[in-house]
Amino acid sequence: MSATTIPVASATPAVASPGRNRVLRRFLNRPAAVVALAMVLGFILVAIAAPWLAPYDPIKTDFLAVRKAPSALYWLGTDEVGRDVLSRIIWGARASLLAGVIPVTLALLLSIPLGLLSGYAGGWTDGIIMRFTDAMLAIPFLIVAIALAAFLGPSLTNAMIAIGVAALPTFLRLSRGTVLAIKTEDYVEAARAVGNSHVRIALRHILPNMLPPLLIQGSITMAAAIIAEASLSFLGLGQQPPSPSWGSMLNAAQRYLSVAPWIALYPGLMIFGVVFSLNILGDGLRDALDPKAH
Amino acid sequence: MSFWTFIARRLAVLLPTLFFVSILIFSLQHMLPGDPAVALAGEEKDPAVVEEIRKKYGLDKPIPVQYGIWVAGIMSGDFGISYRTQISVSHLIVSKLPITLQLAVGSMIIALIIGIPAGIVSAARRGRFSDAVANFIALSCISIPHFWLGIMLILLFSVNLGWFPASGYVPPSEDLWRSLVSLFLPCVVLGTGVAGVMMRHTRGALLQTLGADYVRTARAKGLTERVVVLKHALRNALVPVITLGAIEFGHLLSGAVLTEQIFSIPGFGKLIVDGILNRDYAVVQGVVVVSAALYILLNLLADIFYFVANPRMRG
Amino acid sequence: MMNLKKLLLPMLMACLLFSATASAQSILRIGLNDDPDGIDPTVSRSYSIRLVLAAVCDKLFDITPDQKIIPVLATGYQWSKDNLSVTIKLRPGVKFHDGEPFNAEAVRYNIDRSLNMKGSFRKVEIEAVKSVDVIDNLTVRFNLSEPLSPLIATLTDRAGMMISPKAGKELGDKFGTAPVCAGPFKFVERVAQGRIVFDRFADYWDSANVHFNRVIFTPITDSTVRLSALRSGELDMIERVSPTDLKQLRSDPKLRVGQIPEQGYQVIRYNINNGPRGKLLGEDPRVREAIEAAIDRQTLVKVVFDNEYIPGNQWVQPKNYYYNSKIPVPKRDVEKAKALLKAAGKPNFTFSLIVPPERDRQEAAQVLQSMLAEAGIKMNIVSQENVTMLTAGTKGDFEAYFTFWSGRPDPDGNMYQHFSCKSRQNDQGYCNPKFDAFAGKARQISNPAERKKLYDQATEILMRDRPVLMLWHRNIFTGYNAKIRNFTPYPDGIIRVKGIWTS
Repeated sequence: MSATTIPVASATPAVASPGRNRVLRRFLNRPAAVVALAMVLGFILVAIAAPWLAPYDPIKTDFLAVRKAPSALYWLGTDEVGRDVLSRIIWGARASLLAGVIPVTLALLLSIPLGLLSGYAGGWTDGIIMRFTDAMLAIPFLIVAIALAAFLGPSLTNAMIAIGVAALPTFLRLSRGTVLAIKTEDYVEAARAVGNSHVRIALRHILPNMLPPLLIQGSITMAAAIIAEASLSFLGLGQQPPSPSWGSMLNAAQRYLSVAPWIALYPGLMIFGVVFSLNILGDGLRDALDPKAH
Repeated sequence: MSFWTFIARRLAVLLPTLFFVSILIFSLQHMLPGDPAVALAGEEKDPAVVEEIRKKYGLDKPIPVQYGIWVAGIMSGDFGISYRTQISVSHLIVSKLPITLQLAVGSMIIALIIGIPAGIVSAARRGRFSDAVANFIALSCISIPHFWLGIMLILLFSVNLGWFPASGYVPPSEDLWRSLVSLFLPCVVLGTGVAGVMMRHTRGALLQTLGADYVRTARAKGLTERVVVLKHALRNALVPVITLGAIEFGHLLSGAVLTEQIFSIPGFGKLIVDGILNRDYAVVQGVVVVSAALYILLNLLADIFYFVANPRMRG
Repeated sequence: MMNLKKLLLPMLMACLLFSATASAQSILRIGLNDDPDGIDPTVSRSYSIRLVLAAVCDKLFDITPDQKIIPVLATGYQWSKDNLSVTIKLRPGVKFHDGEPFNAEAVRYNIDRSLNMKGSFRKVEIEAVKSVDVIDNLTVRFNLSEPLSPLIATLTDRAGMMISPKAGKELGDKFGTAPVCAGPFKFVERVAQGRIVFDRFADYWDSANVHFNRVIFTPITDSTVRLSALRSGELDMIERVSPTDLKQLRSDPKLRVGQIPEQGYQVIRYNINNGPRGKLLGEDPRVREAIEAAIDRQTLVKVVFDNEYIPGNQWVQPKNYYYNSKIPVPKRDVEKAKALLKAAGKPNFTFSLIVPPERDRQEAAQVLQSMLAEAGIKMNIVSQENVTMLTAGTKGDFEAYFTFWSGRPDPDGNMYQHFSCKSRQNDQGYCNPKFDAFAGKARQISNPAERKKLYDQATEILMRDRPVLMLWHRNIFTGYNAKIRNFTPYPDGIIRVKGIWTS
C-alpha cells in the first residue's frame, strides 16, 4: 500500500553520468512526463499565488453559510464552519507541497553523509547503521511517522520532520548501495592509487554518482510524503486548525460524509492529482537519468 | 556462495535487526508525552491513583530496567498485558493475526488478479494503446490516497447504494459469506495499491526476459507470441514479481493502519494505533515486534526463493 | 359472555406464550462508540464500559430517569443522626453468576476491594468510608470519617456494583477479562477490540423483567459506519449518536431516537493560578469576562451541533433543579468585551487553547476562535492528544484547555470536586474559601431544598470568579430500531437492558 510504504527506486547506480543535454532530450521525448511536469509546476504556481487566486479568506468563517453545497457563490461549497472550500483547497496546496519537499530534502541531507559513512567505513559502523535501517524498514512507515509526530506534538512542521525521518531508511539503503557499487569502479580505484584522500574521493567521484538514483527516489518519495502528510493530518497529527491542508480537510469532512460529501471529495482529488503527476514525473526522470533500469 | 552460507548470513542479521526493532519501538513509545497511568486515569485524575498505577505496571522503574523486564518477558513467551483491558498481549496477537491475515490474503488476491494480467498485457503490447491504459491505471492505483478511496467507497457503496455493510468485521467462523462481504471493500482499497506496484513490476520483468536469448530462440523456432510470452518469458519474469509479492504481503500485515481505522476492522493496524493513542505500551511493542518479525521472515523467504530460482546469484 | 371469555383466554395464553418464547430467543445488539477497557467496576474508567457493566453487574442503588435514587441490590437505607454512618438493608435471595450468595459479607468485600485494590478509581469516590460493619446476613453499616450525603448517589454507579467475592479473589487483576457479578446477564466471551457477548442469567433475582436471551456489544468507532449498521438492522441500538447524524436517523421510519440532557458539561478550563502560566488569564478577571462576552453560545451550538445540544453557562443545564436561574446564559456583547479589555489594559489579548484532536471540540474551538477575533482577542489553537493535555493540565503547563466532564448523579461530583481549593479536578488553581464553605456544607446535608440554596450561592461566586468557561451540555441521543419497545433514556446515557423488549 503506497500510503504506508515507500516504493523503492531501482538501486542500479548510474555508472557514468550521462551528458546533461542527453538527459534533457530523453526527458522531453516523453510527453506524459512533460505534461506531469507542467501539472506539478501548475500546482506550485497555485500554491505561490494563493493570496491572489483564492476568492475568499481561507480561515474566514461564515456562520450563516455552514455546509452549503457548491453554488455560484461558493464554487466548491462551504465547510463545517462556513469557510469556502475552494479557497481552502488553494491555500492547502502550500501545506501539501511543502510536505512533499521538506521531508524528502531532510531524508536526502541525512542519507548522503550516513550512506557515505556506512558504505565507506564498512565493518561495525556499517553493521550498526544497516541493522538500524533494517529495523526501521521492518516497522511500517506510517506507524513510525505516527509515533514520531505524536512525540513531537501535532503541527505541520513536526509532521514533516516525522515523515522525513521515517523515510530515511529507504534513502540510506540506496545511498549506501550506490557507494558500495561505485567504490569498486576502476576510476575510483585509480583515484585512490594516485593518492587522493578519502574525503576528496567521496566528494569528487562518489557523490556526483550517488545523486541520480537518490533524485529518482526523491521524486517517488515526494509523492508518498504528500500522502503521508494527508494521513497524519487525517489523524489530527498534521496541519493544525484553522489553517487548511488537504489531509486535515478530509479529517473534518469524515463526519459529514452523508450530508456534505463535497467537503471530502475535492481535497482527495487534489491529493490524487499532485501525487499522480509526481509519480509520472518520477518515471520520466528515471527514464532520462537511468535508461538501463527499464 | 553456497545456499547454506547464504542462509547463514541472512539469519545472522535477523536477530540484531529484531533487537534494533525492539529498542526502536520501545524508545519511540516511552518518548511520547503522557504515560499510560495518565491515559488510564482519564478524567478521574487523582495523582495518588496515577502513582499507584505507575507502580502496578512497573512504570516507576528506570527505563532500561523496564526494557530489560519487557525483553526478558518476551524470551519466556510473555508479552505482558494490555493496561487498558487487562487482556494478555499474546492473546491479543493470536486473536488478531487471523483477521489481519484474512485481510492481507484478500488484498493480495485482488492485487494479483488485477496486477499480473495487466502487467502481461502491457508488456506484450508495449508502446501500444493498451499499454498506455494499463500504465495509467497502475499509476492511478499507486497515487490514490487509500484512506480517501476507502471513504469514497463507503460513501458510494454503503451509504448511498447499500450494497456492502459499512460495519466492521464479521469473523468467518460466524458467517463465511458475510465475512467475505464485510472485507470486500477494505480488500479492494488495499489490493488496488498493491496491484499497481505488481503490474509495473510484472511489466518491467517481462520486458527484460522478452529480450533474453532463450526467448529469441523460442521465437525463432516459430512459436506464437502468445506461447512465447506466457510459457517461456513469464515463468522467469515471475521470479522478481513473487519476491516483491512476499514483501508487499509483509507490508500488508501491519501497514493497513488507516484502512482498518476507516472500516473498523480490529486487526494489527488498529491495535497499534489505538495502543499509541492510549499509551498501551505492551500492546504496541508486542504487536510491532511480532509484525516486524513476520515482515523480516517474509523478506527472508523471498530472498531464499530468489536465490533458489535465480542460478546466477550463486555465482 | 362466558363463552367468549373461554374462547379468548386460551388464545390470549397462546399469544403470551408465543411472545414469551420469541423474546426468550432474541438477541439485543448494541453498538458502542469505542472499545471499552476491562470489564471491572473497580479499575475501569471509560464511558463505554459503563454501558457494558450495566448489563452484567447490578448495583446497590440506581437512579431513575428524573435523577431520584431507587434501591436495586439494596432494599433501603437509613442515615444515622450524626450523618456519620448509614445502614443499608440488602435484597434477599440474590445470587451471583457463579452461584455464590449475595450478602453483607459480599458488600464488605466489594467496598474493601474498591478502597484497597491497586489502581482503584473508586477509592477517591468512597474514601470517606472508614469501615463496613456486617450487622447481619442482609444488613451492613458504612462508617464514615465525615458526613458525606453524596455517598448513596455514588453507589448508583460503579462503586455500588457488586462482584462475586469468590471470583474476585480467584481472578484478582484479571477479573475484567471474565467478570462475575449479579446482573441480568452473565459474561460469555470478549473478542479483543470486537464484540462482548453476554447470555441471560437464569437465576437472576428480577428475571421477569429481562426479555433477551443474549446481549452483544460491538464497538464501532466510525459514526457513519455505526449509523449504517443500525439502518441495515445489524445493530438494534447505538449510543451517543452525533447531532449531525440525527437528520438521517429521524427520517428513517424504521428507527427511533431517545434523547435526554447529560449530567456533565463541555468546558474550557482556564489556568488562573496553577504555576507561572496561570498569570496570563489569572491576573485580571476582566479578561475572562471579556472572553465570555465575546462569544455566542447559541450560535456555537447551532453551527457545530445543528442546535441539538443545550447552550449552558453553569455546571448544570438550564432546566436542572440546581440551575441558578438568576444568572441566565448571557447574550453576546462584543462592545462590552472590547471595553473590558481596554479597562484591563490588554486591548490585543492573546492566549492559547489546548484542544484534543477530536471533531466536536476542534470545530467548536474554531468557531470560538473566529468569534473572539471579532472582539480583538487572538486565541491560538494548540492540538494535543488527550493524554498529553491531561498531563499538561495537572502540571499547570497550559493557559486554557478544552475538556468535558462526563457528569455524576450527585451535584457534589460535578462542582465541589472541580472548584474547591484542594479538589483533584481543580487544574485551574482556583481557590475561594467562600465557595468552599457553601459547596462544602452542601455535601454534609441531604435535604434537596436546603442544598439548592447553598448551591445557588456557590454558583453565584463561581460565575463571578469565572475559573472556567462553561459552553454547552450535550443531549444524549440513543438511536434504536422501531421494534425495540419500552426503552427509557437515562441522564447518564447508560442503556438499561432490563425492561426493554422487542416486538
